Amino acid sequence: MSKTLRIKNLHVCVEGKPILNGVNLTINRGETHALMGPNGSGKSTLGNAVMGHPSYEVTDGTIELVDADGTVTNVLEMDASERARAGLFMAFQRPMAIPGVKLADFMRHATSNVRNPDRKEGEGLIPMREFRKELKDKMGHLRMDLDFARRYVNDGFSGGEMKRAEILQMAMLKPKFAILDETDSGLDVDAVKLASESIAEISADAAADGAMGVLIITHHDKLLERNTPDFTHVILGGRIVETGGVELAKELHNDGYDRIRAAYPEAAKLNSEMAEEDAVTV
Amino acid sequence: MTATLPADMQATRFDAAGFEALLAARPGEPAWLTERRRRSWEAFEAAPWPSNKDEEWMRTDIRLFKLDKFGPSLGAAESIVGEQPLLSNGVELGGRVEALNGVATLSELDEDLAAQGVVFGGLGEAVTCHSEKLEKAFAREVVSPTYDRFAMLNDACWTGGVVLHVPKGVRIEKPLHAIARMAGAGASDFGKTIIVLEEGAEATLLMETASTDAESAGLHNGTIEIVVGRNAKLRYVNLQNWNNRTWHFAHQKAVVGREGQLQWTIGALGARLAKVNQRVALTGADAEAQVNGAMFTQGKQHLCYNTHQHHEAPYCRSDLLYKNALQDHSRTVWRGMIQVDEAGQRTDAYQRNDNLMLAATARADSIPGLEIEADDVRCTHGSTSGRVDDTMIFYAMSRGYTRQEAVRMIVAGFFQQVFDRITIDSVREALGEAIGQRVQDLPNQ
Repeated sequence: MSKTLRIKNLHVCVEGKPILNGVNLTINRGETHALMGPNGSGKSTLGNAVMGHPSYEVTDGTIELVDADGTVTNVLEMDASERARAGLFMAFQRPMAIPGVKLADFMRHATSNVRNPDRKEGEGLIPMREFRKELKDKMGHLRMDLDFARRYVNDGFSGGEMKRAEILQMAMLKPKFAILDETDSGLDVDAVKLASESIAEISADAAADGAMGVLIITHHDKLLERNTPDFTHVILGGRIVETGGVELAKELHNDGYDRIRAAYPEAAKLNSEMAEEDAVTV
Repeated sequence: MTATLPADMQATRFDAAGFEALLAARPGEPAWLTERRRRSWEAFEAAPWPSNKDEEWMRTDIRLFKLDKFGPSLGAAESIVGEQPLLSNGVELGGRVEALNGVATLSELDEDLAAQGVVFGGLGEAVTCHSEKLEKAFAREVVSPTYDRFAMLNDACWTGGVVLHVPKGVRIEKPLHAIARMAGAGASDFGKTIIVLEEGAEATLLMETASTDAESAGLHNGTIEIVVGRNAKLRYVNLQNWNNRTWHFAHQKAVVGREGQLQWTIGALGARLAKVNQRVALTGADAEAQVNGAMFTQGKQHLCYNTHQHHEAPYCRSDLLYKNALQDHSRTVWRGMIQVDEAGQRTDAYQRNDNLMLAATARADSIPGLEIEADDVRCTHGSTSGRVDDTMIFYAMSRGYTRQEAVRMIVAGFFQQVFDRITIDSVREALGEAIGQRVQDLPNQ
């Protein structure tokens, strides 16, 4: 059973442009990490690279899963499907719509694959009754109407609905490591509260063999109130420049990144260049 | 009933001698029909093949089509066991017709339906015992027998197809089913299908085609003529599932009368080349037609569908949705036309064609059109063309789907919108399964 997600010296390019310039991050199961940083600093890129998005090219460094007995699995050799089956999960900032595919059907297939990693296509899915019961239960916790599962995946969902659907999927897939990419954006105060409670709950009982390791990417501290980070990392210019405890998250939320930019001028310069390019490409 | 064997078809061709042999093999046919066949044969002999100078053939090249590789059905020899039909799986049927190479091999109809005056069977056989009724139906010329050279040839040489006649007020609950099979190289299936629902009648007819093997090149040249009477309701499904070496030419038209309702679903999976004209005319006030199309093409298939929604009367509604998914080097052509006559005030018409490209080498032409002479109408059209999106695939993979599973799910989702409109479970399932199997072959891109 993997115990640790270990990222070392990670360099990632998108369309030939370097975005991550040597990220080091180790997440053990049961730990909550917050990742904060200004726009364009590489937060989402880190998540996508860990999940295996084909547009994010890893040019250097390693991503590994380490078992309790020290066995190391090279994540970079796996495609996204294999990573999901190995227990990695990412709640996307803007998840894709899949028109014509009902959320319930999508999740039943996904859950069947993730819980039975050796499942071959065409082999049986989780029995419908069992799945429905569990889904209903999880949706109840998230205060989601059961009708919601009959809608097409993210098709015409509001921002808040998308985020909730992502949390629901996390609850069903019970990952070992979860990356939540701005899961709090687009949610109102009540929804953020509900989301953070759910994440805490899921995190605690995610897997029979241990809690989740969570990486929360956020601009705010709301999501962190109930998911107190053991570590807060600040990313700037594609590199983690500072790591602290929960107090660092509070400081950044209250005071912004001016102190960080001043302390790391080189990374700040790189970051502003990257953010500018972002603005141009948008 | 028996049918021709491949060996018999080597001798006879669609020439003067072949035409006489066809007439000689049908001694019981009424005189009006024989005369009509002769007229159409003469017209056929005098007419040229369509060429790429003709608007509706511009994108469909038939220079490789050689009529002399095929022969007419003379109705002899033995039957061949074919594959199980797709559309009738698990459905309790009110009647069924099976045909091989344009000759009916089986014809069944529930006794209580027959007792109510319902006629359902192979047209070639029915025409001798229901001559009077059918003479009238033929005379309506819902599909013009002189439209083009294929129509002329069909009108002269048809042997297969079905007739369904539902008398006034008779409602058939159980679906009826017909399958036309082709066996052997050089085989032909010239169907003429005539469907008439009188006032207040209701029926569901499921029709499909199949080749008994994957290799034999066959020729289908068919017509379908549908009359939906006042306040009548027809659900009609037509699944074209020949093998990928078969030529498929068809003229299909439905006429819907006042307050009549038609739901017409087309599935197009097979054929080397298909050229189909599918027309719906709304001729009485408040008539309604829903047209659903689902196409999946692969290899070097070329499927061309020309659809026409003709609003001849006021307050009519027509709603057409064609969804095509294409892989390999295949090509689809959809030309749609909404035509509203001056009389067609308060028309509500819609046409849409969505294409999903599964390979960069596939090509979909989508050409919607409007011709509107009335001034108080609502006519909208749209077409989209998209690829299976890599980020969509990644999203599904990040939830544990394999790439293949993700692609197949996305394709199934693409068709769901049209499947949602089909109100017959067995048809939805059969189309979904047939398409799913084809996607299995999709290579990584």
